Amino acid sequence: MSKINQAIYEIQKLDAMAKEDRWMNNLHPLVKLVLTIYYITLTVSFHKYQVEGLLAMCIYPVACFIIGELSIRDALHRLRIVLPLVCIVGVLNPFFDRTPVGAFGGLMITGGMISMLTLMIKGVLTVFASYILIATTSVEGICYAFRLVHVPKIMVTQFLLIYRYMTVLLEETKRMTQAYALRAPGQRGIHISAWGSMVGQLLLRSMDRAQEVYESMCLRGFTGEFPQGKPKKQSRGDVGYLLFWLVLLFVLRTYPVFALIGGLFV
Amino acid sequence: MHMADALIVPAVAGTMYVASTLAAGKSVKEVRLENDTKKIPLMGVMGAFVFATQMINFTIPGTGSSGHLCGGMMLSALLGPYAGFLTMIGVLLVQCLFFADGGLLALGCNIWNMAFYGCFVGALLIWRPMMKKGITKGKIVAASMLGCILTLQLGAFSVCLETFISGVTELPFAVFVATMQPIHLAIGAVEGLITSAVLVFVHEARPELLWGTTQSEEGKLSFGKTIGVLAVLAALIGGILSLFASSFPDGLEWSIARITGDTELEAAGGAYDVFASIQEKTSFLPDYAFSGSDSAAGTTVSGIAGALIVLGVCVLASYAFRFFKNNKKTVTVNEQD
Repeated sequence: MSKINQAIYEIQKLDAMAKEDRWMNNLHPLVKLVLTIYYITLTVSFHKYQVEGLLAMCIYPVACFIIGELSIRDALHRLRIVLPLVCIVGVLNPFFDRTPVGAFGGLMITGGMISMLTLMIKGVLTVFASYILIATTSVEGICYAFRLVHVPKIMVTQFLLIYRYMTVLLEETKRMTQAYALRAPGQRGIHISAWGSMVGQLLLRSMDRAQEVYESMCLRGFTGEFPQGKPKKQSRGDVGYLLFWLVLLFVLRTYPVFALIGGLFV
Repeated sequence: MHMADALIVPAVAGTMYVASTLAAGKSVKEVRLENDTKKIPLMGVMGAFVFATQMINFTIPGTGSSGHLCGGMMLSALLGPYAGFLTMIGVLLVQCLFFADGGLLALGCNIWNMAFYGCFVGALLIWRPMMKKGITKGKIVAASMLGCILTLQLGAFSVCLETFISGVTELPFAVFVATMQPIHLAIGAVEGLITSAVLVFVHEARPELLWGTTQSEEGKLSFGKTIGVLAVLAALIGGILSLFASSFPDGLEWSIARITGDTELEAAGGAYDVFASIQEKTSFLPDYAFSGSDSAAGTTVSGIAGALIVLGVCVLASYAFRFFKNNKKTVTVNEQD
C-alpha cells in the first residue's frame, strides 16, 4: 500500500473506531484526555533504572485495550515510527554506561542495558496511551475537550479544519502523484524539474479551495468560530472512572506494588 | 525530528509547553488583531496541504534517495509567522494523534523545535528582512535555503539539548550534536530546495499570495540588525555547545571512568547536576531503583513476579468488566425491543 493510501486508511479506520458505540467511547472526552496526559507524565517520570515500576504502568493500557475492545495489532503498527527513533537514542546506552547492577546467569547486567530497556518500554507505553485516546474519542470530542480547558477557539477551529480537509487533499495528492508516475514509469519520486510546478499547482488549488470553503461557511452563517454544539455532561461513571485511574496510577507510581505482591509469593 | 514522549522527562516537557504556549498566545493575539475571518479556513486548508505534501517523495538529484517537506518555512512565507505557527501546531497535533509521529507530552518540544524556529526565525529574521526591498526569484531561493537550513539546525540542536537534559541517553552531548547537526544540514538543504521551487512557482503564478509583498514597509528589522541577531544567536549556541563539550571530552573516557568507580551523579558537574536534581524532584520514589541496591536482584525478581500476578488479575478483571458491560447493554436493548 502506498504512503498516501496508508495514511488515508489509518485516518478513516481511527475515525470509524472512535464513532463506535462502546462503553469507553462514550466516556467524557475530557476524562480521557486528562487521563492520557496524566498517564504519559507518570510513565516518563520513572527513573532510567526503574524497570519494575514501569511494568506496573502496563496495567492501564492492558485494561483499556480489553475494555475498549481495541486491536493490539493496530497499536503495534503505530510503533513503527517511534520505536526506531527510541532505539537509535537508547542503543548506545550499554556502551557508555557499564555500571554493573546485577547478573543474570553468567551475563553481567549493566546500567546501560537497563536504561535502554526502560526507554523502549516508555516508548511503547506512551504510544499505546495516545492510541487508546484517539481510537476511543472522535476528533470533535477531542476538540470539545480542548475548548473545556480553554484552548483558544481559533486553534481548535483550524485543527478541526485540517482534520476535515486532510483526506480531501490526500486524495488529490494521490491522483497527482499517480498521474505523474504513469507519465514517468520507473522513476522513484518526483524529479527536481517538477518540484515547483507540481506542489505549486496543488498549493494554488488548495488556496482556491480555501476560498470556496470560506464562502460556503459564510453562507451557513460562519462568523469566525464554529458552534460547539450541545455540551456533554459528565456522568457519575465518568467521574468514577477518572478517580479510579488517578488514584491507582498514583499508587503504582509511588509504591513498589508489584515487588510487594511478588514478595508474598517468592 | 519529531520527539517521542519516551525521550523527555516531565520537567523538560512542561518547560517547552510553557514556551510554546507563550508563542501560541502571541500568535493568537496577532491573528485576532488581523480580524480576517477568511484566514481561518485558509489556515486549515493550508495545514491539510502541508500534511498532504509531506507524503510526496522528492527525488534528490545525484542520489538514489528521496526527501520530503516539513513545511514550517513555506507556511510562514505564505501565511505569515503567526498564522503559519498556529497552522503548524495543528499539523503537529494531527501527526501526533493519528500517526504517533511525535508524542502528546512532547508536543510542546516539537512545536518549539519545528514550528517556532521555522515560522518565527524563518519568517521574521530571514524572509521579511530579505524581501523588504522587493521580491525576486534569487531572494526567494536564498531566503528559502538559508531559512530551512538554519531553522532545521536550530531545531536539531534543541532536540539534542532536550534529550540530554532529560537524561535518557548516555551518549555524550557533543557526540549527539555532532551526529544530529550534519544529518539535519542535508535535510535542511533538501527542504530548502523544495520550498524555494514551490515559492518561485507561486511568485510566477500568483505573486500576491506571498507574505511580505504588501507589507514590506512594515518590516521592522533591517538586514544589518538581522545579521546582528543571528550572530548573537550563533554565539549563544556556540557558547552553550562549547560549555557542554568541555564537560564531556570523550565518551570512551567517560564510560571507563564510570566503570572504575564514579557514580552517575558524580560523572558531570554544572548544568548536568542542576537538571539531574530537577529530574530527581520529579521522580516520586528515586530509591525504588534497580541499581545501587544490595538487594537489587531480589527486588527485581519479586517485582517481575508481582507484575505477572497483578497483570493476570488486571486482565481477568478487565474481561469481567467488559462482559458485564456488554451483557447489560444487550439486556437494555432487549428490553427496548
